[in-house]
Amino acid sequence: MQILQIFWDRRELFITCLLEHIRISLTAVLCAGILGILTGILISRHKKAAGVVLGIVNVIYTIPSISLLGFLIPLTGIGNRTAIIALTVYGLLPIVRNTYTGLTTVDATILEVAEGLGSDGRQMMFRIRFPLALPVIISGFRNMVVMIIAMGGIASFIGAGGLGVAIYRGITTYNMTLTAAGSILIALLALVSDRLLSLAEKAVNRRYGIE
Amino acid sequence: MNKVIEIRECSAAYGENAVLHKVSLTIEQGELVVIIGPSGCGKTTLLKMINGIVTPTEGEVIVNGEALASCDLVALRRQIGYAVQGAKLFPHMTVRDNICYVPGLEKKMTAEEKQHLAGRMLEMVQLPAHLAGRFPRQLSGGQQQRVGIARAMAADAGILLMDEPFGAVDEITRKGLQEELLSLQEKTGVTIVFITHDIDEAFKLGSRILIMKEGCIWQEGTAGELTEAPRDVFVRKLLNR
Repeated sequence: MQILQIFWDRRELFITCLLEHIRISLTAVLCAGILGILTGILISRHKKAAGVVLGIVNVIYTIPSISLLGFLIPLTGIGNRTAIIALTVYGLLPIVRNTYTGLTTVDATILEVAEGLGSDGRQMMFRIRFPLALPVIISGFRNMVVMIIAMGGIASFIGAGGLGVAIYRGITTYNMTLTAAGSILIALLALVSDRLLSLAEKAVNRRYGIE
Repeated sequence: MNKVIEIRECSAAYGENAVLHKVSLTIEQGELVVIIGPSGCGKTTLLKMINGIVTPTEGEVIVNGEALASCDLVALRRQIGYAVQGAKLFPHMTVRDNICYVPGLEKKMTAEEKQHLAGRMLEMVQLPAHLAGRFPRQLSGGQQQRVGIARAMAADAGILLMDEPFGAVDEITRKGLQEELLSLQEKTGVTIVFITHDIDEAFKLGSRILIMKEGCIWQEGTAGELTEAPRDVFVRKLLNR
């Protein structure tokens, strides 16, 4: 009840924070998505580079998020831009890994037939490999989106906007209801995004005839 | 007669393992050559050398007068149909798009062109036209295999390479597919290289039969020639199976 009350009482704060949170997450999702898929495609063609690149994104993933934000401050200052960079870097792991895995685990005999029928390199990638890897890529994308939205909550520690602002304010003013309300909104945002993406995933699978 | 495929003293290896030893083979226009032999004898490798999926470690492959080592492989492959065991249709494409795959690599096809080509090819492999919109997983094994053949032939390929194409279908369906392949070949005059491990299938289809063993062509001839004068006990065993 208290939480519902606070949503109503501080609705302007929550709406501003929510919109800001969506904006930051969406930007990071787009950056990480594009960068991650391109990287995944590139390393699927160069097995040697793959180990190195996957190693690097793995290591980045293990850096505690709060310290990554700390490291970035001297480089890019405080505020939304730094938050977006940090979230993008974190988001890379699931999307790079899934793109790579998806592209390299396509049935080898299907690839051989496609090659034998006269597909060139580009056609192999975009008509056969990529579409067949798409379900795995989308599931990585879903992971990434949920992670970025959730992690967006701590971005306010370096002066960025978003729902973290509400949570942070709740903590510093010893207002647990405010903190809980902010957390719930983040969780809801993540769940709704995941749900929407799962619908998109189903649509793609139907389109490609995969059940 | 016109030499379509020439393999001159070709050897092949996967890493350290030699699989073919100086094999030579000439195939003429309109032949239906069947290759038979135990697993690991190099028959699939020999077939894959014809469309350049396997590159010989020595020797030369010439298809339609062009040396594979120096020609545009992608362009050449589009003139060579390729069908394999289990059909291996592209699971994310409809039957129509599978059939139109090779012509579609050259130019963008309109929906009508696709529909027309798919209809024509489905009729040729004796499948109902309404299957065009289905996905491969919605077809039976025999139907998939027929679509695989339709896909291999859709580009009006003069050569058809078939690697145990009927291996994964039941006996009755296989008999039907064999009959159809023969009548298809009669109609179109396409040159076919066909791999099997079933001697009955080899006898039924082959205008010439190659028996392979340990990376070499052990004996070749028509069904009659082979039964009349088998080279040794290995061939005799294979024939009497």
